[in-house]
Amino acid sequence: MVNIIIWTVAVITVLGLVLALVLYLVAEKFKVVEDPRIDEVEKAMPGANCGGCGFAGCRAFAEAAVKAPDLDNNYCPVGGNDVMARVAAILGYEVKAKAPQVAVVRCNGTCQNRPKTNDYDGVASCKVKAALYSGDTGCSYGCLGCGDCAAACQFGALSMDLETGLPVVDEAKCTACGACVKACPKHIIELRNKGPRGMREFVSCVNHDKGPVAKKACAAACIGCGICFKTCIHGAIVFENNLAYIDYAKCKLCRECEAVCPTGAIHGVNFPKPLDKDAVKARIAERKKKAAEAAAEVKPVETKEA
Amino acid sequence: MNKLLVSPSPHIHSKDSTKSLMLDVVIALLPAVLCSFVFYGWNEILLMLVSVGSCVLLEWAVTKYLMKKPSTIGDLSAVVTGILLALNVPYTTPWWVIFIGALVAVCIAKLSFGGLGQNIWNPALVGRVFLLVSFPTYMTTWSQPQGLFGADAVTGATPLGVIKEGIMQGATVQDLMGQYSYSQMLFANLGGSAGEVCALALLAGFVYLLCRRVIKPWITLSIFGAVALTSLIFWGIHPARFTDPVFNLLTGGLILGACFMATDYVTSPMSTKGGIVFGVGIGFLTVMIRYFGSYPEGVSFAILIMNSVVPLLNMWFKQKKFGRK
Amino acid sequence: MAKRTFSIGGVHPHDNKISRGCRIEPLPLPPAVYISVAQHIGAPAKPVVAVGDKVKVGQVVAEQGGFVSAFIHSSVSGTVKSIGPRKDLAGNPQTCIEIAVEGDEWLEGIDTSDTLVTGIPEDNRAILEKIRLGGVVGLGGATFPTHVKLSPPPGSQCERLIINGCECEPYLTSDFRTLLEKGEQVVVGAAILKQVLGNVPCTIGIEENKPEAIAHIREVIAKLPYKDIEVMPLKMRYPQGGEKQLIDAVMHRQVGSGGLPISVGAVVQNVATALAVYDAVQKNKPIVDNSVTVTGECFPKQANLLVRVGTPLSYIIDYLGGVPADAAKVISGGPMMGRAIANLDAATVKGTSALLFLTEAQTRRKPQTRCIRCGKCADACPMGLEPFLLNRLVKADDVEQLEANAAQDCIECGCCLYSCPAHIPLLDNIRMGKGAVMGVIRARAAAAKAVAEAKK
Repeated sequence: MVNIIIWTVAVITVLGLVLALVLYLVAEKFKVVEDPRIDEVEKAMPGANCGGCGFAGCRAFAEAAVKAPDLDNNYCPVGGNDVMARVAAILGYEVKAKAPQVAVVRCNGTCQNRPKTNDYDGVASCKVKAALYSGDTGCSYGCLGCGDCAAACQFGALSMDLETGLPVVDEAKCTACGACVKACPKHIIELRNKGPRGMREFVSCVNHDKGPVAKKACAAACIGCGICFKTCIHGAIVFENNLAYIDYAKCKLCRECEAVCPTGAIHGVNFPKPLDKDAVKARIAERKKKAAEAAAEVKPVETKEA
Repeated sequence: MNKLLVSPSPHIHSKDSTKSLMLDVVIALLPAVLCSFVFYGWNEILLMLVSVGSCVLLEWAVTKYLMKKPSTIGDLSAVVTGILLALNVPYTTPWWVIFIGALVAVCIAKLSFGGLGQNIWNPALVGRVFLLVSFPTYMTTWSQPQGLFGADAVTGATPLGVIKEGIMQGATVQDLMGQYSYSQMLFANLGGSAGEVCALALLAGFVYLLCRRVIKPWITLSIFGAVALTSLIFWGIHPARFTDPVFNLLTGGLILGACFMATDYVTSPMSTKGGIVFGVGIGFLTVMIRYFGSYPEGVSFAILIMNSVVPLLNMWFKQKKFGRK
Repeated sequence: MAKRTFSIGGVHPHDNKISRGCRIEPLPLPPAVYISVAQHIGAPAKPVVAVGDKVKVGQVVAEQGGFVSAFIHSSVSGTVKSIGPRKDLAGNPQTCIEIAVEGDEWLEGIDTSDTLVTGIPEDNRAILEKIRLGGVVGLGGATFPTHVKLSPPPGSQCERLIINGCECEPYLTSDFRTLLEKGEQVVVGAAILKQVLGNVPCTIGIEENKPEAIAHIREVIAKLPYKDIEVMPLKMRYPQGGEKQLIDAVMHRQVGSGGLPISVGAVVQNVATALAVYDAVQKNKPIVDNSVTVTGECFPKQANLLVRVGTPLSYIIDYLGGVPADAAKVISGGPMMGRAIANLDAATVKGTSALLFLTEAQTRRKPQTRCIRCGKCADACPMGLEPFLLNRLVKADDVEQLEANAAQDCIECGCCLYSCPAHIPLLDNIRMGKGAVMGVIRARAAAAKAVAEAKK
């Protein structure tokens, strides 16, 4: 009896020692030498592994950042300038601060604005739906409403509003990682600069149809009338394919375009006061009158000289 | 017409649904159930009611209150589990024992894995084996069928049990076999659990399932083939020690197991090739357990063992892809 | 002898050929047609007419926009009203040429008589050119330009021409009616095709649920002077009309993954394509019309119509009495692979083969339940794939494993979704997975090409 116990203990001990030795040797053989800075950079990262930077995860970003000669092409949108400053400090690089961005949903085709013309009966995925057809309303460009963007968001910043059928961005949670932008097959979501105190102006429509077609499909569509384009004195509005687009680099947030838009396709958010359309319109009218007067004053002079 | 429906193709669908398939299994089991009622009488009817009732009720209660999901009793899988469980125990089993069996089958073997489709082992079999190891007295006291209108229950052992016992005491198979005839086994009336009594009724149900294209025959046939072949080899070598192939095919829960338990969709391989390997495994293990194991019957264990390797079989034995080697 | 069929999978939906008795009748000309410039696989055609131009039937309105592309002809005579985006049946804008119909004047040189021309020109290149100029595309569904398919890549050798007369999709009868009413023309078309391919033998595969067509074509073949054309009756099974499945059924050869039929020595052409080839070569008549089955249990007036390309669907439907009240879905094509129509104002294209009306009860998907691992999808898949596994991999977004499990081989026949008792949208997901894998494969091929070029 005692013999058996002794033998068992002995065999197991020897076995354990041999296996430990094997493990040690294998670990030694396959050891990978890594730049210790990769670990440091990874620690500084947000750790969301969202892929917003274009790499597979925070570790992949760290590896790429360590290898790269500068940080120009490697930017973590989630961590923003704070994290990038830390990363730059670890690697001894310079970092260029970027303006914070936020996801913007450029479609206002709510159930009310955009009546349904047919009924979808497939898997609830925008990707599948987009491959099949243009969507269950008359608009071929707008939101499909299956919530691929909300499913793609790792930060819980996007949710589908059941009443409007459109996604809603929670600005506080949005990290501008761009996952929703990639997920949207209709390219409705755009990353835009957050703007001073979050104030920004954008066209909430991506419809390229001609006015009457767009108007028939959706009450809130950009009908390509071009009034905003003519009104804007900052040259911030790009007008192409029956659609207006506001260049945020040039926009001065004067809200004139928003006031003159006949369908309400242009949205301004986070402004302290609600837009007083009449006041703005009056201001525009005044300016135009002055401009006309100025032109009238200039003209006779020209004719005299001529 | 108001709004046009739009969906990806195909636009028509076969009439099959999980519920219709399960209903077919229930229909296929009816002859065996009726047989067991006739042979075993009121006890069996009560047992069936308790088993099916508790399976359905437990599934409803657990999905609603514990899992907080829409109830899945509508797919009838709980009914199938209940019937199979009742057919798998002796009719003398007390009602509370079968309730425990139902609890294990539905709650532990099925719902704790996530419900129908997620379980690794056949729920009814898990319930049965649980009862077999927990309540051996109830589960191994087999009674001679007493009939719906008869009296005089005679307690005895199943043919497999009698022979196992006999061989252990030194008797030869030939001596022990004298008391049984093959036609008796085929048409019923041997001691055993309810579902083991009438091979013909079970086979009729199996043929119904084949005709309705609910199942394919390969798993069942390969079990029969493997049982016959394995026992033929051993019986050929030593007829006094080992029972013959026909006896092995007709006794015990082999037919019930091969036709209804091993062919369970969830716990059997997807491909035909995998199914054949699965069936051969069950047949071989069944005979091994019967010959060399400590239990007289091995079908349940064999199926459960093979259930556990189904994921591997699914990975190894795939259908040939079109235009590929 | 047991009738042949393909070797893996397949399903047996009820064939529902309720319009099989309806003769092909010409549809009256619509007030205007809208001819899309993207009616085929490949580059869209380039419009060559301007607004205000007068055109005749058969006149080129858009020319081939690349190697894989096709000519497009005016299907009516009249005035070009506009050229611009118009919504197709899926609601997506496509460039269309709108022509207001004025009379029915055909271009000179087109033989509109019914006389059968059996003498085949000897110059194969001239034939190919006529097929190209006639805008002939595969009318079996894929609308691949026929002249490209008839020019096998160098080094490959065609051994057999297969004419696809399976029409395995339920409800459809336009090919069946074509075989019955224009059998002679189809056989001459087949003879032309087989000559172009180097006098290879030709098999016309017809499913056995069309015995009249089988008998009729056999008679026609006996009557006409062509050699090596035979009819092969095939066992009824969907998707027999799939190119790879048909080759497997007829020749017992399987086209490998990503391979073309020519890799096993086969070229497959549809019955309607053979007829279009006959028209283009023997009659100088380009594709300006095609036969369309209008059917469905809920549709009161079954019909097989000869419809000019670009006719608005609503015009066809109104001609037959409008959309029935209980129709829930209108499908362009068959119920297994056809496309649900979102916009009834869309116009027909060359490949439009049917308008099918289904009721809510016939077509609405049932609520999805859990997978019970029954394996019915895998049994049904004619490509031998495992749809349940692919579905799971798509959800996990595992493109690598999707490729390893051959998602790219999926032919989107719909057998898996058709047979699933748990009503899981298998094909919806697998289509996405296939798209992702194809993207990866294409990217890899492009990268390999770039590397090869860099080495040069």
